[in-house]
Amino acid sequence: MTDTPPATETADRLDLGVCTLRSRLLVGTSGYPNPQVMLDALRASGTELVTVAIRRVNLQDTSEESLLELLRREGYRLLPNTAGCYTAKEAVLVAQLAREALETDLIKLEVIGDDETLMPDVEQLLRAARTLIDDGFRVLAYCNDDPITCRKLADLGCTAVMPLASPIGSGMGLVNPYNLALIRELLPQTPLIVDAGIGTASDAARAMELGYDGILLNTAISNAQHPVMMAQAMRRAVEAGRLAWQAGRIPRRFYARASSPLEGRVGLG
Amino acid sequence: MNRAHSAMTIAVNGEPREVPAGATLPDLLATLGIDPEGARGIAVAVNEEVVRRARWGEVTLAAGDTVEVITAVQGG
Repeated sequence: MTDTPPATETADRLDLGVCTLRSRLLVGTSGYPNPQVMLDALRASGTELVTVAIRRVNLQDTSEESLLELLRREGYRLLPNTAGCYTAKEAVLVAQLAREALETDLIKLEVIGDDETLMPDVEQLLRAARTLIDDGFRVLAYCNDDPITCRKLADLGCTAVMPLASPIGSGMGLVNPYNLALIRELLPQTPLIVDAGIGTASDAARAMELGYDGILLNTAISNAQHPVMMAQAMRRAVEAGRLAWQAGRIPRRFYARASSPLEGRVGLG
Repeated sequence: MNRAHSAMTIAVNGEPREVPAGATLPDLLATLGIDPEGARGIAVAVNEEVVRRARWGEVTLAAGDTVEVITAVQGG
């Protein structure tokens, strides 16, 4: 037992049923300055699972090298999303198309209620989640930071429940850490991933310190002044937050407590 | 009259398109520049139902059909 590697090196994996991931950081592929920066940032982030959207093929030009080829060549596993869907019916069709195109049962289910906030439509989300789970999908559900919605999604059998930290692309970080903590408390067994709203590394670390199983982000990296550096920062933040959660933080105290011993102090007079 | 029998209009990715009457799904894909045998990373729905790749050859299109051909793009 002299050379025991740290727990994170061996057993600490994010288990999504069809795959187990060493990295707890899931990263989006949208909005980078160019494809090379995207690839460099993805590599720097250490991610193994990246999100893609499903859209109509450009029939004017079917010759362009696809994003898929690029990502697959680099060995990433793909998590298609249902971004842009406003109803359960649309989301189910897009998920089924994604499964057929990408040969994966994983789906990031996103059913949006309005353009301004991009907040989820809970009624449609729950309906779509039920249909997709019955159809054999592994559903990672993007949802509000509402404990009851999260519990309903977990009860339906979602592979992961993914409450937002703040609105998509807002970079506002954890606007309601109390709710996020409550959701963790209520659903100790469910894989929970904070999806959306992360602005900088400390946001990611803080979510992980609340006991979340992973972080899904895109804009915080892709729109940073230096996406590759931010990707590295996010990687370290997620690892640091995870370790801090596992290590167990000290309780907060109202008054100071000296760390140095009080006995044997040098006294004058 | 004759023309009505030889061509029909369907919608592909939201755009109207004329195809020969009796065209199959692989015929359509070929005219779109997509190799029905080799294409990877795409999926097709006809009238809002996904058609599994293995069944593409069984689909004969009819006038008024709506066809969606999708792929993965950058997304978050």
